[in-house]
Amino acid sequence: MKFDIEMLLKNDVRIVVSTFVGISFLFIIVAMILGLDFNGTVNTIQRIMFLSAVYAMVVLALNLQWGYAGIFNIGVAGFMLSGVYTMAIITGDPNGLIPGLGLPLPIGIVGGVLVSGLLGLLISIPTLKLKADYLAIVTIGFAEIIRYTANALTFKTFSIAGVEMGTGAGRGIHLPMNPIRGLYYIDPSNMGLGKTIVGEYIFGFFEIVQVQSSVVVSWTYAIVLIFIVGLFYVVTYRIGNSPFGRVLKAIREDELVANALGKNTDIYKMKVFAIGCGLMGLAGILWQGSYGYTNPTTFQPILTFYIFIALIIGGSGSNTGSVIGGVVFASLLFEGPNFVRRVIMHVFKFDKAPNSIIEAMIPISSLDFEPFISYSLANISSLRVVFLGLVLVYIIQNRPDGLLGDRKELAASIDISRRPVTETREGKEA
Amino acid sequence: MSSSKVKRKLSGRKKSAKKYPLKVEKIGKKFGGISAVNNVSFSVEKGSITGLIGPNGAGKSTTFDLITGVTSSDTGVVKFNGEDITRKRPYQIANIGLVRTFQITRELKEMTVMENVMLAPKNQMGEQLSNVLLSKGRKRVESQEEEMLEKAWETLDIFHLDKLANEYAGNLSGGQRKLLEMARVMMMDPSMILLDEPMAGVNPTLKNQIITLIKKLSKKGYTFLLVEHDMDVVMNHCNPIIVMHNGGVILEGTPSEISTNERVIDAYLGGSE
Ligand SMILES: Nc1ncnc2c1ncn2[C@@H]1O[C@H](COP(=O)(O)OP(=O)(O)O)[C@@H](O)[C@H]1O
Ligand SMILES: [Mg+2]
Repeated sequence: MKFDIEMLLKNDVRIVVSTFVGISFLFIIVAMILGLDFNGTVNTIQRIMFLSAVYAMVVLALNLQWGYAGIFNIGVAGFMLSGVYTMAIITGDPNGLIPGLGLPLPIGIVGGVLVSGLLGLLISIPTLKLKADYLAIVTIGFAEIIRYTANALTFKTFSIAGVEMGTGAGRGIHLPMNPIRGLYYIDPSNMGLGKTIVGEYIFGFFEIVQVQSSVVVSWTYAIVLIFIVGLFYVVTYRIGNSPFGRVLKAIREDELVANALGKNTDIYKMKVFAIGCGLMGLAGILWQGSYGYTNPTTFQPILTFYIFIALIIGGSGSNTGSVIGGVVFASLLFEGPNFVRRVIMHVFKFDKAPNSIIEAMIPISSLDFEPFISYSLANISSLRVVFLGLVLVYIIQNRPDGLLGDRKELAASIDISRRPVTETREGKEA
Repeated sequence: MSSSKVKRKLSGRKKSAKKYPLKVEKIGKKFGGISAVNNVSFSVEKGSITGLIGPNGAGKSTTFDLITGVTSSDTGVVKFNGEDITRKRPYQIANIGLVRTFQITRELKEMTVMENVMLAPKNQMGEQLSNVLLSKGRKRVESQEEEMLEKAWETLDIFHLDKLANEYAGNLSGGQRKLLEMARVMMMDPSMILLDEPMAGVNPTLKNQIITLIKKLSKKGYTFLLVEHDMDVVMNHCNPIIVMHNGGVILEGTPSEISTNERVIDAYLGGSE
C-alpha cells in the first residue's frame, strides 16, 4: 500500500519535472529564434525558472487555504508584503537613510515569516466566522491597508521605543544583499575585492562556455528557489495528505458537518490561515530578496489575482497542480506575451511601433496593418490582463477543475482507496 | 410520610443520568415569530430505540439541532450523561458521544465515500500538525490510519457502501447518502445516536438490514433517538414513542398507547390519511 503512494509521488514528480523541462525547451527554441547567444539563452531560462519557482511557492501556500480549506483569502499580496517589509526593517542598516534594526538576515527571514503568519492569525480570529464573500472583502481590505501603510509618508521613518526604523514610503526600501553572492565573492557588496575559491572555479568553468558571472549567480539563486519549492511541496503535501488535510477539506465542503463530527473547525481554520500567510510571507521574501530593493507598488491587488489564476489553472486542491499552475502561469501567461512580441518583432522585422493608437489606426485605411500590429505588440503587457481574463474564462468553461483538478487526491497519510487484504480473507482465497 | 418514601418518590421522578443519558428540559426555539420548538421535555433511556414522530413541521429536526448544538436554544436545558450541554458547540457534544445525522443529507460532496468515513474517528493523531509534519509522528499517524481504515471498510460493508468507497459522495443516490451519514457517525464510536429520517429513500431490503443493525446495537447498549415517517418501522421497533405537534410534545408512550390515542390520530395519523 505504501508502494502506491510512492508510485503516485514519483508520478507527480515526473509531471513536475517534465513541465519544467518542457518549458525550458520551449524557451530555448524561443531564444534560438531570437538569435540569442548562449549567455542570453541561459539568462532567459533563469528568469523563467526564477519566476516559476516564486509562483509555485505562493500558489502552494494559497492552495492550502483556498484549495483545501476553502478560505477565500484575496489579500495574498498583503501577506507577501508584510513578510518582505518585516525582513527589510529587521535587517536594515541602523545608520542608513531608512534605518533598520541591523540584525542578521536569517533573523530577518524568520521574523518576516512570523509576522506574516501572526497577521494571518490575527485577522483570522474575528473573520473566519464570516461567509467566504465577506472574508474576501476583509482580506483584500487588510492587504490594501498594509500596502497603504507601507506607502504612507508617516511611516517613512518612525521610532518604536527610541529605535529608529522606517518603510521608506513610496520610494521603497532596500533589501539585504542576496547571500548567494557570498558564495562567489569574498565581499558580496564589493566584487572588486575578488572571488572565493568556489567563485574562481565555477565562474572559470562558465567563462569557457561564455556565460557571464552575473548569470551564474542568478542561476544559483534560481536553483536554490527550486529546491525551496520542493520544501514547500513537502510541507503542504504532508499537511494535505493527512487527517488534518481531511478536516480542511471537510471544512471546505461543509463546515457544519466537520463540526458535528467532532472537529473544532475554528482552530483548524486559524492554523491553516496562519501557516498559509507565513508561507506567503516567505515566498515574498525569496522573490523580492533577489532584487535588493522593493516598493509598495509591487504588491498591488493584481498580484493576488495572478496567484489565483495560477492556482485555478493548475487545479485547486492539488499540490502538484499548484506547482504546475505556478510554472505555467509564470512562464507562458506572464512572461509568454513578451516573448511572443519579441519573436514577432524579430521575425517580421517590424519598424519601431507607432506612438499612439491613432497613428496605428490611420494606415489601416490603406490596408497597411503593420503599424497596428506592432503597436498592439508593443503594448502587449497592458493587454496581458485581457488575455488572462480570456484564459480564465476558457478554463472555467472547459476545464473548471484545472489541469490536474480532476484527479482524486485523497486526504490521508496512507492509500485509503485500496482494501487491505486481511489475513482471514487471504486464508480463504488461498 | 417517612422521609425515605419521599426520597424514593423524588428519585423516581428525577430519572438517573445513568439510566437516562439524554435529558431535555423545557427547551424552546423561536424563528422570527414562529415557535418551532416550545417547552419540550423528555428523557431517553439507555439502550432504547426511542421514536420521535409528528407531522412535518412539528419541530423534530429543530429539536435535534437544539440537542446537538447546531442551533442554540432560547430556553431550557439539555443534559447528556448528567452534564449540561445546552451551550456546548456541536464538536464538543459529538466528542462526548452524542452524534446525529441530518434529515437533508450533508455529505461532503467532493470527498470520496472513504474520505467521508475516515474523517469521523475521534482522537486522530494526524489531526495534530506536529505529528503530520515530522517524520517520526507521521509513522504513528500512518499506523493509526491503517487501523481506522480496516474499521472503515467493515463499516462500509455493513451499510453496503464498500463498492462505492472511491466514489465522490456527491455522486451517491439519496438513499446511499443516508447510509453514508449513518456510516460516518458510527465511525465516531458514539454512545447515543440521533437519526433524522434515516430510512428515507433507502430500499426495503436494506431498510430491514438497517433496522436489524440498530436493534443489535441497542442491545449492546447504544441508545437511539429516531425520527422516522415509516409507521411500520416506528410502531414495530421503537419504544417508547414521543409525539410532537406544533412544536410541543403531545404524548409519550408505548406503540399501542400511541396508536390508539385520539390526539395523536387527530394530529398525525389522521392527518396523513
Ligand atoms: N432555520 C429556520 N428558520 C426559520 N424557520 C425554521 C427554521 N428551521 C425550522 N423552521 C421552522 O420550524 C418548524 C419546525 O421545523 P422542523 O423542526 O424542521 O420540523 P420537522 O423536522 O418536525 O418536520 C417549521 O415550521 C419550520 O418551518
Ligand atoms: Mg425534519
